[in-house]
Amino acid sequence: MSSPDATASVAARELAERRRRPAQRIQQLLHGHPAISPALILVVTCVVFSTQNERFAEPGTISLMVQQTAVVAALAVGQTLIILTAGIDLSVGAAAILSMMVMATYGSEHGLPGPVALALGLAVGIVCGVVNGALVTGLKLPPFIATLGTLSVFTAITLLYTGGQSIQQMDMPELLGWTGEIHAIGDFRITNGVLLCAALYLVVGFALSQTAWGRHVYAVGDDPEAARLAGIRTPRVLFSVYVVAGVVYGIAAWILIGRAGAASPNAIADANLESITAVVIGGTSLFGGRGGVVGTLLGALIVQSFTLGLSLAGVDDQYRLLAVGILVVAAVSVDQWIRKVRA
Amino acid sequence: MRATNNEERVPVLSARGLVKTFGRVVGLDGVDLDLYRGEVLAVIGDNGAGKSTLIKALTGALVPDAGEISMDGHPVHFRRPQDARDAGIETVYQTLAVAPALDIASNLYLAREERRRGVLGTVFRMLDKKGMRQRAQQSVRDLGIQTVQNMSVAVESLSGGQRQAVAVARAAAFGGKVVVLDEPTAALGVKESGQVLRLVESLRERGLGVILISHNMPHVWEVADRIHVQRLGRCAGVITPQSHSMTDGVAVMTGALALS
Repeated sequence: MSSPDATASVAARELAERRRRPAQRIQQLLHGHPAISPALILVVTCVVFSTQNERFAEPGTISLMVQQTAVVAALAVGQTLIILTAGIDLSVGAAAILSMMVMATYGSEHGLPGPVALALGLAVGIVCGVVNGALVTGLKLPPFIATLGTLSVFTAITLLYTGGQSIQQMDMPELLGWTGEIHAIGDFRITNGVLLCAALYLVVGFALSQTAWGRHVYAVGDDPEAARLAGIRTPRVLFSVYVVAGVVYGIAAWILIGRAGAASPNAIADANLESITAVVIGGTSLFGGRGGVVGTLLGALIVQSFTLGLSLAGVDDQYRLLAVGILVVAAVSVDQWIRKVRA
Repeated sequence: MRATNNEERVPVLSARGLVKTFGRVVGLDGVDLDLYRGEVLAVIGDNGAGKSTLIKALTGALVPDAGEISMDGHPVHFRRPQDARDAGIETVYQTLAVAPALDIASNLYLAREERRRGVLGTVFRMLDKKGMRQRAQQSVRDLGIQTVQNMSVAVESLSGGQRQAVAVARAAAFGGKVVVLDEPTAALGVKESGQVLRLVESLRERGLGVILISHNMPHVWEVADRIHVQRLGRCAGVITPQSHSMTDGVAVMTGALALS
């Protein structure tokens, strides 16, 4: 009884092996490790740019690149969480700016001590997340529409609250500018903001890959009905994702103060699209349930290396937009392809 | 251990007068059901007869508009699938309810993940991935499922039969009192169907109550102790494979034969 079965399964296995063409092997590999393609793109980009211009590989340039990436990379952590649940957040930038202006205003005009001003700013970030989460899970609005609305609301509140005025870092408590402090490691110059951003990636990456909450985030994004039937409280998971994203935006706001040396209500106007771009180039699926923060970090670095590399090469900035646009389309196409994988 | 003397025993799961409507459509129109320990109760009925609605009401996926459900004689109110699970009812849905991108072990332990011992588990909430993978492998092996080997493979890369095996293994591994299987053999070949039916029998031998929804009459007549015939949202009667032939069963199902 067992021997014919064994031969049959061996024959089937051989057939399966034979059917697996090189393209399918690549498909399978990318399916298991979606961060491979952005990692390859980043390596190729850096190699090409450094052969074109020797200044690209200098510690100073790399330090600058990392510092410039930190804000968008931090925002993209929150964006990654939301996109993993098959949502999208158009209010990232607006939420971060509102949080930043509250921090800066309480720290300067109202003269509150640094930790209090920082806590108030972070609280505003959380409130923004709670509002988005309530609209998505409570009123069951599509995330695109909910956050399109809050994008305008948060922006308007910021401008009404600040009267459009910027606040200089020198007028703020020292703690708010702490993220801009520079440490020299050899020839590299790292800011506290960069370290904070790295910590954000470690914490969220750990939560996503090592905790039950992370499993549930993936399951909810993958197939919400299946997740619900399996016993996951899907609205609660979804809501928690928006709240965590709010915390992340608050921290990104703090990093931004240190980076810019000021709090301006008109800063990071392109943050929404830039964060989504980093997530998508990083291989996280817009359909949810697939991807992670490692890819997002690579995606953010890719965009920044294009910006720096092309500006060093003295090329018109429009070519950067062109290249990033092509990358986004390519990344989504690759995602569609690897989703069709069959063992 | 075939069910006898049902009158003397308290059913492990019992429903009285279940009603569920969807707008103007009546899904359940006052349905009674009794399930005892160590028996397989099949539920048959035509499409739209209310089989799936009945099962969803019993397992917390739907909240019935009216009617009562009790377990071991105590009334229960399920608002979510988790409530039914906590009460010891495991369900294999027709849609399988597996997360395609997650691997087999993660799916087996979905919503009841186990954490590591010590500080890593309590403070850092770290999952015991290795342990869950090993135990998943063990439960799959215990059920004699040979088609699924590697627990770290994503479910979406499995065939329909393999996915079914994963879903059944999940229910069997955690089933406390009752296991509900909605069309478990619909997508399977002859050999895999046979394996699932053996599995149903082994669940009965463990003393669990099993509800089996199926369109496949030979499968039903092979393993069921009693057969609940659902018709137009009502229970048209409860028969046994001994009292009625398959042809009779189909006749009751379609209304050609009325039970007194």
